[in-house]
Amino acid sequence: MLDIRFPIGLMFSIVGLIILIYGLATMGHDPMYARSLNVNINLISGIGTLAFGLLMLLFSDPVRKRRKKQ
Amino acid sequence: MDTKFALQGIDYLVMAVYFVFVLGIGWALRKYMKNASAFLEAGRSIPAWVAGLAFISTNLGALEVMGMTGSGLKYGMLTTHFYWIGAIPAMVFLALFMMRFYYGSKARSVPEYLKLRFNEKTRALNAFLFALMTVLASGISMYALAILLENVLGWNFNVSLLASAAIVLAYTYLGGLSSAIYNEVLQFFIIIIGLLPMAILVMVDVGGWGGMQASLGPIVEGKGFAPDAWTTTWKYTATAGANPMGVEWYGILAGLGFVLSFGYWCTNFLIVQRAMAAESMTAARKVPLIGAIPKMFIPFLIIIPGVAALVLLNDPLKGFALPVNDAGQPIYDYTIIMLLKQYLPAGVLGLGITALLASFMSGMAGNVSAFNTVWTYDIYQSYLRPATGDHDADENHYLKVGRITTVVGVLVSIAAAYIASKFGNIMDFLQTVFSMINAPLFAVIFLGMFWKRSTGNAAFTGLLVGFLIALLHHGLTMPAGADTLVKGGWLGVVHTYPVEMAQNFWTAIFAFSSAALLTVIISLLSKREKSDAELNGLVYSMTPKLDDSDVKWYQRPWFLAAIVGVIMIVLSILFW
Repeated sequence: MLDIRFPIGLMFSIVGLIILIYGLATMGHDPMYARSLNVNINLISGIGTLAFGLLMLLFSDPVRKRRKKQ
Repeated sequence: MDTKFALQGIDYLVMAVYFVFVLGIGWALRKYMKNASAFLEAGRSIPAWVAGLAFISTNLGALEVMGMTGSGLKYGMLTTHFYWIGAIPAMVFLALFMMRFYYGSKARSVPEYLKLRFNEKTRALNAFLFALMTVLASGISMYALAILLENVLGWNFNVSLLASAAIVLAYTYLGGLSSAIYNEVLQFFIIIIGLLPMAILVMVDVGGWGGMQASLGPIVEGKGFAPDAWTTTWKYTATAGANPMGVEWYGILAGLGFVLSFGYWCTNFLIVQRAMAAESMTAARKVPLIGAIPKMFIPFLIIIPGVAALVLLNDPLKGFALPVNDAGQPIYDYTIIMLLKQYLPAGVLGLGITALLASFMSGMAGNVSAFNTVWTYDIYQSYLRPATGDHDADENHYLKVGRITTVVGVLVSIAAAYIASKFGNIMDFLQTVFSMINAPLFAVIFLGMFWKRSTGNAAFTGLLVGFLIALLHHGLTMPAGADTLVKGGWLGVVHTYPVEMAQNFWTAIFAFSSAALLTVIISLLSKREKSDAELNGLVYSMTPKLDDSDVKWYQRPWFLAAIVGVIMIVLSILFW
């Protein structure tokens, strides 16, 4: 059956990438980040979410099978 | 104050990605739904870690998340009792001693276990109450979510109610229990990742744990408590008046740590169903233990930010406030969403709101999938159309019924949500009534599993009378300062409790004790109905011991349980 790690990994990679790019695009927008204690929280959260997504993908069955074949 | 805030395009984009995946998982699983047992029992094929995360994710519904952050503000760290003493011992007990009977008996639901162990009428009583309770409960949480989205994000009440119901319906209709469970795992991770930035930022803002303790001191003293009453768990429980929850340590131990938590975690089919879907006996026994590990750390995500919110509320420079209701009382349940608003800019805010939506969906899908199974197997198959004996035709038929039940269950929930929007008090009362089902049920199942002498008639009477005693206790007592009969005292007030929490604990204790006592007495007075052989696989002393010697030592349930126990003890000492 479906290995849930694959959709989870894919979703968090996409969401993480979106937030990471948004964080990069809004770098220097100080008023926007005043509420998050002057930290570009999008950048940090984006990196973290992307890393989690990629890790899940890496350990998912479809990816592991493909790597075994090669 | 203005509680409304607008989301931006980026927030909606994040939300949209989540919706696509939730529905996509349902779509990907639809081709496996070939028969009733695949649809209603996930074909008993779910890996232990997946079922374990789903196990706690189902419990982590929107009302739970919102309520726990609000309780953190109201009662401080004492709220963690719901996650540590009030959940972990019960989860460990379920794993080590009860799962093997639920799983090994081949029962497809908790009511069906009652039928196998006792008799038909005990199953019927439990099945009907449970089915009613789950659809109404999902209606109530749907209402709470829609009203929150309306108040805070300005979304239309009807649109958010119907849209969220439609999404849950779509993925549970397509992929049944497997889809609910797989999505619960996804939802679990999004709840963590979505709320984590808020939880970290609020703690940095109040100066970490130490800074928070220092700021809370004078605030809490102003309320007439010791300065560290909000940051300790057991320290001020020698007397009820010294802690904000208004309960003594033995009330916490007996009420929450035993009756309420064992009633909920060990007998609520909503929860147990996740473990029953596991791929093997060993996996099923590990499910509650795997769930227990993240469970113990959830307070850091949803309770401690609530405690910190009390600091923010008392610091005018922070500009933090809670919305108030018509009576001018702050709405504590909105604490978490006001914290998200306070700290998160566009982008992560979308992720945070998605986390709340995810928690709602995991709770509701849990209700829907449990309702399905109980309705189809315990009511429809038992009373309306028994199996014909043609296995394939039956499986097809019950698959169809399961699908239709999914639709009907969601429609009834929507109706309940609208009733709740008209008569909020009735729904509050119903929720209180339903909370009385579990305590007597635990007494009966516990005696059934561990005492071969307990009989069907005794179990039925215990279940029924325990429930009635709980109602009676609620009708004769009320919490101090209650202004509606919904809170109790509708038969006249014999006793007044300092707080509602204390009343809840004692309602459960009375219900459990009377059910247990009655079951024991009637069992002793009546003849045994089942022989030792018939009880094999249903009762502890009549079932051969399980042999774990072919399982690696570090994968054995007992080893996992020891780890869980140690973590819980360390956390309890750290936050004593």
